[in-house]
Amino acid sequence: MECCGLKFNYFTSSIGKKQIMTVSAFLLISFSIVHMIGNILMYVGPKYFNLYAYTLTANPLLPLAELVLASFFVVHILLAIILVVENYLARPQKYYMKVNTGKGASFASATMPWTGAIMLVFLIFHLLHFRFGTIYTTSYDGKEMRDLYRLMIEFFAQPAYLVWYVATMIAFAFHLGHGIQSIFQTVGINYSKYTPCINKLCLLLSLVLSVMFSAYPIWSYVKGLQ
Amino acid sequence: MSNMNGHEHNGNGNGEMTLFLKIWRQKCCSEKGKMCEYTVKGISPDISFLEMLDILNQDLIKRGEEPVVFDHDCREGICGACSLVINGIPHGPEVLTTTCQLHMRKFKDGDTIVIEPFRAKAFPVIRDLMVDRVALDEIITSGGYISANTGAAPEANSIPVRQENAELSMDAAACVGCGACVAACNNASAMLFVGAKVSHLGLLPQGEIEGRERVYNMVKKMDELGFGNCTNEAECEAVCPKGIKLSNIARLNRQFALSSFLKKDDGGLKQEWN
Repeated sequence: MECCGLKFNYFTSSIGKKQIMTVSAFLLISFSIVHMIGNILMYVGPKYFNLYAYTLTANPLLPLAELVLASFFVVHILLAIILVVENYLARPQKYYMKVNTGKGASFASATMPWTGAIMLVFLIFHLLHFRFGTIYTTSYDGKEMRDLYRLMIEFFAQPAYLVWYVATMIAFAFHLGHGIQSIFQTVGINYSKYTPCINKLCLLLSLVLSVMFSAYPIWSYVKGLQ
Repeated sequence: MSNMNGHEHNGNGNGEMTLFLKIWRQKCCSEKGKMCEYTVKGISPDISFLEMLDILNQDLIKRGEEPVVFDHDCREGICGACSLVINGIPHGPEVLTTTCQLHMRKFKDGDTIVIEPFRAKAFPVIRDLMVDRVALDEIITSGGYISANTGAAPEANSIPVRQENAELSMDAAACVGCGACVAACNNASAMLFVGAKVSHLGLLPQGEIEGRERVYNMVKKMDELGFGNCTNEAECEAVCPKGIKLSNIARLNRQFALSSFLKKDDGGLKQEWN
């Protein structure tokens, strides 16, 4: 659909907007994978987890990295809103009866805007809780640093937060379940020889990410009980 | 005997059916439409869906009512003129089948059938179940052609074509431009239609020459006409009566990106079509 009366070019075209959104999605998934791997240090022990966080925050390039990461989120969210509105307007008169064939649209694909909105709410609270949340300090080898490990344990000791995090990770799984496969289709990779395998790997990645991200709060809760 | 909806029906044992229809009636584009209920009796399972509507229209004419307007032409499943969303699915419940080739044996005596027009901003209702699909023709006009002088038939082997490309092109050329992909898409996107057209022309040497401009212009026209954006749900592929594959949309996606960034006068930089 023509974008807001702007002159037609790659960036205002329907395909261009989707491809830019796809690139932002790819970068956000890459970040999620790194985030997931980094969090594994929580299982190793508080010292390693806190040192990892300290190493990241002590890097002078962190503000720049955060700005770049935030821009990926902003691009992804803004384009999602534009595309959802355009798609809504593309069918002003809705169907009296519309059923999906069962061979195309899935629950994951049909709920992308909703699971995306849940992820946005999650992201805001996640930043408020951990990036800008309570600051406990600890010191290792004379270096004072933020005790994120303690924050995790105390935060997830509250069952409501635990349930909220696990529930949002289910939404995350659905969002990625359709989203990662879509990346390949949108950039033009769809070959009968490779696509079935790619789709299975995408589904696996979305499951691994959501299960791993659910495991941290559950583990913290269990650890807090001990 | 009554069905789950409480309607009385009279299955008479010889296979003839009584059906309860909910049909969208709308006088013109600018007037509001509504669902109207009709009953048709004595429907043979061997007749086509459009013949069932013909029978309904004969009844309506006899009663002095306006017949239901719907699109149709060849009634052989090859022209793409028929449309209709039947029980929520464009072209009805049978896969790889146009409405005119859908037969009443797919339904049971006493069934309620909901019939609506294809719905999209780019497909305004002309009357009842007939929609204006000229938007698809406008997309074709913007680039769905080749400009080569045809002349006399050339020697068949003078222009080599890869077997794989010939097959892919022929598969894409099966698109009859009915618009079911738009009707089925939850976003009313025409990407499968455009993907099929750019594939069927661009995969062959004769169409490859204008391939880059074709993709760009057809997507531009598609966007101007108010079709939605593809979200890769594949409902279009599932309802397509000609089995056009989603890989044509992938080809359109990558060719559009290339077309947007590669200049036309790039000194022989050849666009790879596959």
